[in-house]
Amino acid sequence: MRDIDVSIITDNIKELCIKANHFLSPDMTDALDSACKKEESDLGKLVLNQLKENLEIAGNDMIPICQDTGMAVIFMNIGQEVHFVGGNLEDAINEGVRRGYVDGFLRKSVVSDPIERVNTKDNTPAVIHYNIVPGDKVEITMAPKGFGSENMSRVFMLKPADGIEGVKNAVLTAVKDAGPNACPPMVIGVGIGGTFEKCALLAKKALTRKAGEHSEIPYVKALEEELLERINKTGIGPGGLGGTQTAFAVNVLTYPTHIAGLPVAVNICCHVNRHVSVTL
Amino acid sequence: MEKKIRLPLTEENINALKAGDYVYLTGTIYTARDAAHKRMDEALNAGEKLPLDIAGTTIYYMGPSPAREGRPIGSAGPTTASRMDKYAPRLLDLGLKGMIGKGKRSDAVKEAIVRNGAVYFAAVGGAGALLSKAIVSSEVVAYDDLGTEAIRKLEVVDFPVIVVIDKTGANLYDMAKEKYCRE
Repeated sequence: MRDIDVSIITDNIKELCIKANHFLSPDMTDALDSACKKEESDLGKLVLNQLKENLEIAGNDMIPICQDTGMAVIFMNIGQEVHFVGGNLEDAINEGVRRGYVDGFLRKSVVSDPIERVNTKDNTPAVIHYNIVPGDKVEITMAPKGFGSENMSRVFMLKPADGIEGVKNAVLTAVKDAGPNACPPMVIGVGIGGTFEKCALLAKKALTRKAGEHSEIPYVKALEEELLERINKTGIGPGGLGGTQTAFAVNVLTYPTHIAGLPVAVNICCHVNRHVSVTL
Repeated sequence: MEKKIRLPLTEENINALKAGDYVYLTGTIYTARDAAHKRMDEALNAGEKLPLDIAGTTIYYMGPSPAREGRPIGSAGPTTASRMDKYAPRLLDLGLKGMIGKGKRSDAVKEAIVRNGAVYFAAVGGAGALLSKAIVSSEVVAYDDLGTEAIRKLEVVDFPVIVVIDKTGANLYDMAKEKYCRE
C-alpha cells in the first residue's frame, strides 16, 4: 500500500483549476493554428485570430480564457494500492476547487440547488468521477466545463436497427442545433453504447482525449473522420458567423451495450476545451 | 462593413446598421444575465421601477470573472443570449435598443427587434480575456447579492461586436451558414 495525504490532492486540484482556465493544452492550440490556416471565410478568420490573441492575453496577463470558468469536472483514476490519509478525499478535492476558484480569480458559477439557485460563492461542489485502476498512482484530470456548450449536449436512445447511420444523424443533429450557441469551433465528445448514464460519461471522457488523436478501433476512427468532415460542411463556422471550420475534433468512445439498445450521447464543448492532468 | 459608434444608440445609428457589419462600440453599457433578468421581470410584475433607465440602453449578456488588482474587470465575454429570450421582448417594448450576446434568438425577440427598431449584436464567445481589454471601468449598480450576475455599468472603448439581427430582422447566422454550407 502507498499512503497519500489528501492535502496533496487539495494542492494539486487548486493548481489544475488555475492552469486549465488560463492555458490550453498543446493539442488545442495546434487545432486552433491549423483551423486558422484552413478557414475560408474572412469573418471566420477574423474570429479565429481573435481567439489566438485571446489565448496570448490570457496566459500573459493571467485573465481566464473565458469568463465561464466552468463547473469543475474531475476524473480521479485511483490505483487500488493507494491508501488516502489525513482526511476525507471528497472534501479534499472540493477544498482544492474552492482554493483554485477563490485564490485564482476564477468565476463562481455554481448554485447550491437547481431550482432555488443560490450561488455557493466558491464554485463547489465539483462533479467527480472515480475510477479504480491497478497500481499505486493517482491520476487526476481536471476539465472545467462551460455551460454555453454543455446546454447544447444531448442523449439519444436509438434502436439497434438505427445503426451507424443513426449515430451519424444524432451527432449532426446535435451540432446543427447547437450552432452559434456552443461557441464554435467545437470539440464533439461522443459516447456510444453502455446504458443511459454510461454513454453520457463516455462522451464527457471523450472530450479529455487530445484533439487530433483517433480511436484505435478502425470503424470508430473512420466515423470520427467522416463526422468531422461533415460538421465542417455545415457552414456554421467560427463563432457561428459562417465558414469552413466548425469543429476541431470529434472524439468517440464506445462500450458494450444491451441487445435492445443503442444509446448515443453527444457532449459538445466550445473551442475552450480545457483538460489538464497530473499523475501522483 | 466596419463602423464606429458612440453610445447610446440613436435611431440614425440603428437605421444604418446591417446584419454582418463589424462595429466598435464606445460608451456606457449595462450587464445583465439570467438572474438579473428574472429579477427585473419580477420588479415590473410588481409595478416597481427597473434599477436602470432602460430607454435607449444597450445590455451586455455577461457575467465576468473577478478582477485582479489593477484591472477594472476579469474575463468578460458574452453568454448565450437565448436564455434571455423569455424577458427580452418586454424590455425592448420599454425602450431597450441594443443587446450584446452570442447565439440564436427566438422569433419573438426578432419580432420585438423589428417592432421597436433595435439591434442584436454578437461578441466573440470564448474571447473574454481579449474583450476585457476594451472595458475601462466597471461598477455594480444593482443586485450586488447576485455576485457575477449583478447588474454592472461598464464604460467601453472600441468594444468589438458584429450585427447579427438588424432592425429589418435580417439574421447573419442564417445568411452566413447558407453561404458556406456544402452539404
